[in-house]
Amino acid sequence: MKRLASMLLLSLTTVPALGAQTSAAPREITVYAAASLTDAFSELGKLMEQDALPTRVRYNFAGSQQLAVQLEQGAKADVFASADQRWMDHVQERHLTAGPAKIFAHNRLVVIVPKSNPAHVRELQGLARRGVKLVVGAEAVPVGKYTREMFRRLERRPGFPPAYGDSVLANVVSQEENVKSVVAKVQLGEADAGVVYRSDVTPRVAPGVTVLEIPDDANVLASYPIAILTGTADSAAAGDFLALLLGPEGRRVLARRGLTPAETMP
Amino acid sequence: MGSTLTSSRASERLALSLHVVASAVLVTLLGLPVVALVLRVPPGRLLERLRDDALLEALRLSLVTSVFATLAVTLLGLPIAYLLATRTFPGKRLIEAMLELPMVLPPTVAGVGLLLAFGRQGLAGPVLAAFGLSIPFTTIAVVVAQAFVAAPFFIAATRAGLAEVDQRYLDAAATLRSSPSRTLFRVMLPLAFPSLLAGAAMTWARALGEFGATITFAGNMPGVTQTMPLAVYLALQTDLDAAVAMSVLMLALSVGVLLGIRLVTPHLLPAGPFARSPGR
Repeated sequence: MKRLASMLLLSLTTVPALGAQTSAAPREITVYAAASLTDAFSELGKLMEQDALPTRVRYNFAGSQQLAVQLEQGAKADVFASADQRWMDHVQERHLTAGPAKIFAHNRLVVIVPKSNPAHVRELQGLARRGVKLVVGAEAVPVGKYTREMFRRLERRPGFPPAYGDSVLANVVSQEENVKSVVAKVQLGEADAGVVYRSDVTPRVAPGVTVLEIPDDANVLASYPIAILTGTADSAAAGDFLALLLGPEGRRVLARRGLTPAETMP
Repeated sequence: MGSTLTSSRASERLALSLHVVASAVLVTLLGLPVVALVLRVPPGRLLERLRDDALLEALRLSLVTSVFATLAVTLLGLPIAYLLATRTFPGKRLIEAMLELPMVLPPTVAGVGLLLAFGRQGLAGPVLAAFGLSIPFTTIAVVVAQAFVAAPFFIAATRAGLAEVDQRYLDAAATLRSSPSRTLFRVMLPLAFPSLLAGAAMTWARALGEFGATITFAGNMPGVTQTMPLAVYLALQTDLDAAVAMSVLMLALSVGVLLGIRLVTPHLLPAGPFARSPGR
């Protein structure tokens, strides 16, 4: 009994020590980033580790709306990259950002259908056909908001029926909580079509899907703002991450991953 | 001698206080979130929130699907619980393990498995398609996901209840030339009924709370597949108050189920799996 008691005591006293960090540890930052940035940012993370001053980047990839709420609820992070201005504003209004947010990239919407194409969707008009199983992002998710806007714009174009937007949205069978779930449902062939970002059609996804392009004048240009957060534990490392992202190397990575680097760079 | 006694008494006291401290930590861990949920929204605001159409739609869907899932699990689970409780057969261990798996499987994994098995492109997809069925993104998918994760609770409780029926009653029935099925319906089931009820209630509660398998297999569509847990999760990302109101409602339902089990089972069942009171 005595031994058990002393073991219990020992374990209780050692627990707080686990949280402490030694100062000799390599630099480490936590980046909260929109799910659609998964591939580009993962590659940037590898570059940061190989840097002269190596920095380990931990990521939390999820829907921007979810990340914003987590930050609002006190999650510790150094950098936030959102897929739209709405959720960056949300975080800024709560005074969680240190300094202004910068738009670093743009993304475009595309429609993807499984290679097997069970619903025979060959052009955008086909999405309005009854019975097509369309999967989109939920309204609160940036991609979901962009998607709805895009269908309204298509409706006003010649060659599209007047109630196009409504017929398409009536075909929605699921509103996913982040864009990667939309990709997965199409990849698995369970959805007949999905609306995702161009950058989501990664080399791993591309072989299984067919991409339907959306005309420029109807497409919604998604803008990605990024900001350092007030809660950062290492603002120098966070600054280095932004410098890498906004610099030529970062731009190359973004472009390679299907994003368009923002034109007006500081 | 005396000093050994005192030191052993002291260590007993230390052990007891450690028990109390550990219990207090755990009770706080489990209880504080519940208190926090209830305290967050004033009751008046809560009632007003609960009249929201979207919430009522999700609640209705949750109740309908979880009841259907429980019925399906009860009908399909009773025969297998009976077989497992009364027979030995080759492969029994394997089947037992399979039936317990959903209890330990992460629900999201269950959802992926369900998609790969019963999805349109899944293993059973062509067979289902032959009957004109496509399950993902339908209310049926919600019921299937709930039944998948909740079935083990019913089977385990029912099996235990059936196995605990005193052999002497069965022998007595046999001497009275009761057929096995007559014995099942007239002797075993009435005696094991409280276990069945407890199992069904646990199944219902688990089905009601199902999230991971549902959002993966059935997707998220208000009125079709968006059950309460999904509605809470999505509301959390846009409207915190609404999420809390829904959570409190779910909490009330769950407490109701647990109290129900406790009220129904203890006096009916001396050795029920969920109803052992410390006084006995």
